[in-house]
Amino acid sequence: MNIALLIMLGFLLLSLYLGLMARRGKDMSMEQWAVGGRGFGTIFVFLLLAGEIYTTSTFLGTSGWSYSKGGPAFYILCTSSLSYLMGYWLLPPIWKYAKEHKLVSQSDFFATKYKSKGLGVLVAIVGVLALLPYLILQFKGLGIIVSQASYGSISPTLAIVISVIAITIYVSVSGIHGSAWTAVMKDILIFGIVVFLGIYLPVHYYGGIQPMFEAVNEAKPDFLLVPDTGMSFSWFISTTLLTVIGFSMWPHTFAAYFSAKSTNVFKKNTIIMPLYTLMLPFVLIVGFTAILQVPGLTGSDGDLALLKISIQTFDPWMVGLIGAAGLLTGIVPGSLLLMAASTAIAKNIYKVMFPETTDQKLSKVAKTIVPILAIVCMFYAIFNSSTIMTLLLMGYNFVTQLFPALLASLSKSRFFTKQGAAAGMIVGVSMVVYITLTGLSVADLFPGLPQAIQELNIGFIAVFLNAVAMLIVSFFTSKRDVPVNSPGLQKEA
Amino acid sequence: MKLYYWLVLIPFIGMLGGAVLFNQVTPYVFGLPFLLFWILLWIILSSLTMLVIYQLDKANGLLDREENES
Repeated sequence: MNIALLIMLGFLLLSLYLGLMARRGKDMSMEQWAVGGRGFGTIFVFLLLAGEIYTTSTFLGTSGWSYSKGGPAFYILCTSSLSYLMGYWLLPPIWKYAKEHKLVSQSDFFATKYKSKGLGVLVAIVGVLALLPYLILQFKGLGIIVSQASYGSISPTLAIVISVIAITIYVSVSGIHGSAWTAVMKDILIFGIVVFLGIYLPVHYYGGIQPMFEAVNEAKPDFLLVPDTGMSFSWFISTTLLTVIGFSMWPHTFAAYFSAKSTNVFKKNTIIMPLYTLMLPFVLIVGFTAILQVPGLTGSDGDLALLKISIQTFDPWMVGLIGAAGLLTGIVPGSLLLMAASTAIAKNIYKVMFPETTDQKLSKVAKTIVPILAIVCMFYAIFNSSTIMTLLLMGYNFVTQLFPALLASLSKSRFFTKQGAAAGMIVGVSMVVYITLTGLSVADLFPGLPQAIQELNIGFIAVFLNAVAMLIVSFFTSKRDVPVNSPGLQKEA
Repeated sequence: MKLYYWLVLIPFIGMLGGAVLFNQVTPYVFGLPFLLFWILLWIILSSLTMLVIYQLDKANGLLDREENES
């Protein structure tokens, strides 16, 4: 075992230890395990949310995209800063409602709002469907990190297996408290590493950031811009907006919202969080620096750019620190994702099927689902060759399909029905599944349309059709002649 | 619904609309290609926009009372 792996192992054990400590003295009821008993202030919620944003997709995916795609990768900056703004108005009503009704998951929220257990199950399924690619990409990233940092002595497949085992133990042991404490450690480490790499690497190889960009611009003209075709502004803006609305829909993010103490937490966070994304340009710069220094990484190998250039530049102990930061960016969000998915399956699918299950039994069921899900995702991570960003966008395409129904549930209007919400989700998700399986683009589906429309992100089209379906079905199922708050409407429960 | 809530549209229009207008490498600002600089500038401005909205809400007494906020 080399020094790089030893350092990473040290951080892994430290994070497990923090998870165990956080648990001590706390009674682990379902609510405690999943939402930390709703007692977190601004800083903690901030860190939890940050924990989700700074995942392996940021660390490896972002640098991988600036390496292989150039200008279009800037969308990541737009989306990660703009995503928070809507939360100022969207999150407080969600939090208040969740608190009033003691909800612990996203599916509970929809089921209670629409007074339909069936809809709750559907939401849970959509949520899990969206979480899977997100989880798979964490494992994939972890596999890359561990195997690269081992200098090839651990194969990527074995590396994925090890990471999955680590995450599973971590989640089973600690629940959300573990994630929050490790998030503190992770953020300090990753911030230091990323800023260092983003400044040191271009200075080391080119004598500065501007000379580096000039060299890239000369070698690949227009690479630093958004192109006129393909990933054009039509794609850029639609993808940004899609991820902005999808951002607040993730089942695990929902669970993190519930852990806040008051609604002001969110409002303050919307001011601080955009600034947090100022770390991302450093990651982008690492990818750009790697273009001419470690050339020839094609396809999903672009995700290796950050680690390849680090290994080429630094001693093993430094590679170990970088690897440890990467490891935490996978484990912290990975554990939240796993927990959210298993809580959703246990509470919102299993419990609905077997309503007599006791809370204790349910907690056990959730903890049993953790390793099962982890293994399923592990196999996908091993056999699927998509890039990290592709998997991330796939998850977004799915999760965004919850947005129209969420927005409708927050409006005071009683026009939207559970049937409408369900129909919208089914239409949107079916379209995403179809597109994902066939690999079609808007251009293939509608060859006659103008280029600007053809290059729209496909998830954007799916969410539009989703909203249309919801409107139409709601129109036919809405009991508009029944006065609001009449006994007739209450009975639907 | 306060009128000043519409301020939130400014970062969207500034960042994305501006990106279309200023899709260019030069001039470099702080060593960054202009498009990248433009987007970063708007990250800071979007944070400031939210600060303004928050302060206006505070002045109007629209924030929830703090419950032992840490």
